[in-house]
Amino acid sequence: MTVPVSEAATEAVTDTVIELDGVEKVFDVRRKAGPLRRLRTQVRAVDGISFTVPRGEIVGYIGPNGAGKSTTIKMLTGILNPSGGRIRICGLDPTRDRTRLARRIGVVFGQRTTLWWDLPLRDSYELVRRMYRIDDARYAANLAACVELLDLGPLLEVPVRQLSLGQRMRGDIAAALLHDPEVLYLDEPTIGLDVISKTRVRDFLRRVNAERGTTVLLTTHDLTDIEQLCRRVMVIDHGRLMYDGDLGGLHAVGDSERTLVADFARELPPVEIEGARCVKVDGPRQWLAFPAQASAAPLVAAVAAHYPLVDLSVREPAIEDVIARMYGEDADRT
Amino acid sequence: MRSGAYESVRTYRLIVGMWVRSTMAYRTSFVLTALGNLAATGLDFVTILLMFSHITVLGGFTLAQVAFLYGTTSTSFGIADLLLGSMDRLGRRIRDGTLDTLLLRPAPVLAQVAADRFALRRLGRITQGLAVLGWALAHAGIDWTPVRVLLVPLTVLCGAAIFCAVFVAGGAFQFWAGDASEVQNSVTYGGNTMLQYPPAIFARELVRGVTFVVPLAFVNWLPALRVLGEPDPLGLPGWVDFASPAVAALCCALAGLAWRAGLRSYRSTGS
Repeated sequence: MTVPVSEAATEAVTDTVIELDGVEKVFDVRRKAGPLRRLRTQVRAVDGISFTVPRGEIVGYIGPNGAGKSTTIKMLTGILNPSGGRIRICGLDPTRDRTRLARRIGVVFGQRTTLWWDLPLRDSYELVRRMYRIDDARYAANLAACVELLDLGPLLEVPVRQLSLGQRMRGDIAAALLHDPEVLYLDEPTIGLDVISKTRVRDFLRRVNAERGTTVLLTTHDLTDIEQLCRRVMVIDHGRLMYDGDLGGLHAVGDSERTLVADFARELPPVEIEGARCVKVDGPRQWLAFPAQASAAPLVAAVAAHYPLVDLSVREPAIEDVIARMYGEDADRT
Repeated sequence: MRSGAYESVRTYRLIVGMWVRSTMAYRTSFVLTALGNLAATGLDFVTILLMFSHITVLGGFTLAQVAFLYGTTSTSFGIADLLLGSMDRLGRRIRDGTLDTLLLRPAPVLAQVAADRFALRRLGRITQGLAVLGWALAHAGIDWTPVRVLLVPLTVLCGAAIFCAVFVAGGAFQFWAGDASEVQNSVTYGGNTMLQYPPAIFARELVRGVTFVVPLAFVNWLPALRVLGEPDPLGLPGWVDFASPAVAALCCALAGLAWRAGLRSYRSTGS
């Protein structure tokens, strides 16, 4: 499990692992419009997406259902061919070099297993070893590491169909990493898992990324995954990239607000203060919203100067709200 | 770079090997299901035996001659069914999305689909076909010449290749037609049943159809006429009795092209 050491010169060239340029995917959808008539409509599932991911980054790829997340992943792995644009993964074209690319990427689908349903985990792994032509020493080392970190020891002899969702997910993640992939795609890796399983999966992914330098692209609906794993977030909706940047920057884009919760000495009418607005009053407690980028200090000072302030706390905006607001704006459009 | 054919065979063997090992872990269960398979397929031949308890000749063929037809097509079909019997699961794989997971592996998709759930119990049908064929060869009163001796194994192998091609083409068809496994079954199982009987008992149009459209007649009918020394109801020239290898090769090539086109279509439409 060592990170391949490349020379500085080649590093500069191979630094970008995932490269998309104006990628599109258009589906023809036929639906019945009468006893014989069929209406053909085109759906632009992915509508001109461009981004690059450097080696070793963990990127969150989020968006509402039907936004085009899974379609993107399918194009990045070579399952689907793009209708337009250009994709390069590790310098390979997934459309033309599907099998060559397969040796260099690992894929985990939260909703379905890539393992053989009726076989014990150990047999599935053995088959993976031979299919990917993993050399014995590396296989033994990788399997041992996965078994230890994902606690798979007691599960190796159990057929995949008898595993619980969380156990199966851990089994799937191990299978995707046995051949030391350079890129790991995870499509909703924590869906349906309990809190303990989620934590274990996240810890493991962080460790793989840190120790092996594996580039990770993950889609999720669980924003805790994003907060705990990703330095960078991409938000996609209606097949378009709505945001690409660090987690903090999402707030600025989403016009998010922080909230100052102020406890006063007595009940007061809603306070009026420059740079904030009162959003809620409950007895002596009031909620004052102010822009997330603004400093809380002058606001606190102003409130304290004009009103009998007893106690206060500042609440950060939940990313859920920020993203919901982005989707909300978008939903209004359609 | 290794060739696609080499990779396909290697992948197929890897997956089949694993299924055989996992089947053999439950030896008793394997023996029982194989016997069940043998008995179920054997009932086909019982039908023919019952028929011949009332008649002596069917479509110009004696019982032993019909047994020859039965034995050749059953063995051919059994071999194809053993090798590629899992192809009819493709439609379901497309619908539930598990085909995608096969596309993620560094191996040819056809080999992965074909080898999936390899069922050794299907040896039952081959065993039964060979047994009937052996009996037929001893009792059909064949006037043995070196050509006829060679033609028997050749017929069985070419027949298996033609059935394999039909399995693959049927699989490819499912890329477009959602669930077409029934269409495929009508050609494979239906064809197999039809070929157990002499061509003369079927309507001429049907015989023409299975000669020129879906070339099942080359599985056993045409070479069998030569081995048994019977006349051809369609009156085709004599050399077609030896055309099975060429027809089999052509079928396999066409099936391969259909498969490629199907997979390409899947990768561009995703359904």
